[in-house]
Amino acid sequence: MEMYSSVPEFRVDIDRQACRLCKRCIENCSFGALEWRDNKVKAFNDRCVACQRCVSMCPEDAIALRRTPSVMSAHPIWTENARRDVFTQSRTGAILLASTGNELHEQVIFDNLLLDACQVTNPAIDPLREPIELRTYIGRKPRFVELEELGDSLRLNTKLSPALKLEIPIMIAQMSYGAISVEAHEALARAAVMRGTTMGSGEGGLHKKLYPYADHIIVQVASGRFGVHPAYLEAGAAVEIKIGQGAKPGIGGHLPGTKITDEISETRMIPIGADAISPAPHHDIYSIEDLAQLVNALKEATRYKKPVLVKIAAVHNVAAICSGICRAGADAIVIDGFRAGTGATPKVIRDNVGIPVELALASVDQRLREEGIRNETSIIASGTIRNSGDVAKAIALGADAVKIGTAALIALGCTVCKRCYTGKCAWGIATQDPELRSRLDPVEGAQRVSNLLLAWSIELKEILGAAGINSIESLRGNRDRLRGYGLDHTTLEILGVQPAGS
Amino acid sequence: MCSILGIVNENRKRLSAKYIVEGISLMNDRCNGLGGGFAAYGLYPEYKDYYALHILLKDFELKDQVAEMLKDYVNIYKDEEIETRNVERISQDYIPWRFFVDVPERYTSDADNYIIDLAMKINNTGGALVISSGKNMGVFKAIGYPDEVARLYKLENYKAYMWLAHGRYPTNTRGWWGGAHPFSILDYSIVHNGEITSYGTNKRFLESYGYKCSYFTDSEVLAYLWDLLVRRHKLPIELASEVLAPPFWEQIERMPPEKRRIIEALRMTYGPAMVNGPFGIVIANGSGLTGTAGNGTMVGLSDRIKLRPLICARKNGTTFMASEESAIKAVCKNPDNVWAPHAGKPTVAMVNGDV
Repeated sequence: MEMYSSVPEFRVDIDRQACRLCKRCIENCSFGALEWRDNKVKAFNDRCVACQRCVSMCPEDAIALRRTPSVMSAHPIWTENARRDVFTQSRTGAILLASTGNELHEQVIFDNLLLDACQVTNPAIDPLREPIELRTYIGRKPRFVELEELGDSLRLNTKLSPALKLEIPIMIAQMSYGAISVEAHEALARAAVMRGTTMGSGEGGLHKKLYPYADHIIVQVASGRFGVHPAYLEAGAAVEIKIGQGAKPGIGGHLPGTKITDEISETRMIPIGADAISPAPHHDIYSIEDLAQLVNALKEATRYKKPVLVKIAAVHNVAAICSGICRAGADAIVIDGFRAGTGATPKVIRDNVGIPVELALASVDQRLREEGIRNETSIIASGTIRNSGDVAKAIALGADAVKIGTAALIALGCTVCKRCYTGKCAWGIATQDPELRSRLDPVEGAQRVSNLLLAWSIELKEILGAAGINSIESLRGNRDRLRGYGLDHTTLEILGVQPAGS
Repeated sequence: MCSILGIVNENRKRLSAKYIVEGISLMNDRCNGLGGGFAAYGLYPEYKDYYALHILLKDFELKDQVAEMLKDYVNIYKDEEIETRNVERISQDYIPWRFFVDVPERYTSDADNYIIDLAMKINNTGGALVISSGKNMGVFKAIGYPDEVARLYKLENYKAYMWLAHGRYPTNTRGWWGGAHPFSILDYSIVHNGEITSYGTNKRFLESYGYKCSYFTDSEVLAYLWDLLVRRHKLPIELASEVLAPPFWEQIERMPPEKRRIIEALRMTYGPAMVNGPFGIVIANGSGLTGTAGNGTMVGLSDRIKLRPLICARKNGTTFMASEESAIKAVCKNPDNVWAPHAGKPTVAMVNGDV
């Protein structure tokens, strides 16, 4: 009973005239879609994930991937994907696994927001000729500064909380060693150092190799507490408690035993081959007061020298939750929207749970302001940031900074084939296979991620300059410089943005 | 584009309106007749202990309503219509009224905040606008060129030791009486030339400190920011100026360590109070509530890359701050010195002597 699910999604077209039978494509395909049969390369289309590795590696440009024309009768509700999923589950009786972010909801509110520019009444600022500043401090800010006059000089009586100094308001998100390779981890860490920002360790601890970069790494403490020990906390630039993530709100991280190699076992402090399954909740956090205790415990453990961040998935009641997190002493809150990526998540959770980061961010920023506590915590938005335009819009809605995950991986070579959960990543990113890992050069990868961050920084300065702003803090929460286009009244109201033309 | 002018005599010699009106009128090509206004300090020596509320009323019936409201909160010592004459080009959209009031004894310890709250309450009722609320000072403003507004309010009848004037060329909101400058809160008044690109950030920052912006124009936030920084948070004028027009991080890094710590703390704390976009402003402060030993001050400041002009001059204890040198020369032929302040650095004129 194989029925139509065996219809492959992609087709590998090999130009037989151009192919010189070098077999390089076969060596490179980690999904086994190409084999050597009868003295030629044979494609097994049903195994192809369209990762583009063979296409890139073919010296003769002899390979092209095509989407298989559907042979199914079209139906607007029973889409091909819907039918495939039902068929797969009727065969396996199991949860559907997925990678990357939400595929069900195509509207990205960022695309319906338009930025402003100066014309006539005030001058746009030219970033090539005038300084424009992007520096950002993440952490708790005092409500006022108290100075004392001592003769001719002034003394600062206000004690500042520890803050993360970022040269750009773009951070690299939390992706664990285990989900991604140590080479990918190293590339991201090096890039963070190069651009004066931070990367996240993810929930799998920190490989020995990464410690030299640790002053640019935010070390994560998640419900599994993998790899958490005093030296780890001590090494990081900040500590982040992961309550949830946008790709799987309410679900803990899963790393299959097959990915637990000896190095990962050492880093995570768990046995080789054992599944690393993070509990859905932290079992010492059943409510907000428990979170406050963990925040304080981590501050105590790091001698009050490092900011403590708390990351949550954007869920319905996000504004009230963040108010509680702020009052629990978090120096920054990371809000991960429902389009955020991941290595592995149940598809049904990924596509149906949570809310868009734009709305969550706007309502949290507004709520904290109404309560007069916005200065007490920084807000970091993540999950959908695809370009510098998204960065600017998130900041104008109220974010202090953003985090990027998928974009950073694409810079490393990821083609978004959405098969991270298989561990077979042909680009050496989401894999622990030594042969596949060797495909990613951390130094070259770091340069590419650094280039991406540099390019976005330059674009951000152009955006600011056009708006007549020469420092990022004057865009922060400046919803006056946004207009909504094609958004309904209620959405605009939540965003606190006027419709275009008004 | 707008025109601004400030004149202050540091010995509290009261000057007639002639100088300020002549000076500001010379810059009529910087404005378009959609707003003009003046602030005057030392205006009511006989009522100097009372808050002088200048209120614009949309219609006459509102007068009793406002008076009733005031009676619930303050003691009215005296009230009267602010005298005006017909001026051809000005349509009398509002009736200006002044109330001299004091705060009931049980609230005197926090009288200033009490008056601000009251002013914001009246502004939110619709139809009535408190355009100034300080002691021994007042604001006069309307739609028209500054010289027309001066004639409207019969300014020739007033004398003051410190004057501000503004001619408006509205660029972001329509011209209306409330939108004309100066913007004033308690003893602070401000005239502004420019367009604030950080308005949304500044406004939302101020809202979390209880200020309500009700004039639909960017310049309003400057008055509230100054009030917050100088009066409520007690920052010295030099440092409050560094909040509005902060040095670049690169400059901060080159400062001596102690100064650097202070400026870094200010930028981190008051980042949302930074005023971006072009501005030239003159701020008058009658009472010098803090940092100036009870004396008044006039402060001139431009944005940190000086995208708007500001020029200063001094002669025999009188200081002038203007958009254009010509405006100063029109009323003071041979100043002792004339200078252009550096971008983002305040020029401060102090007033001596007792009120």
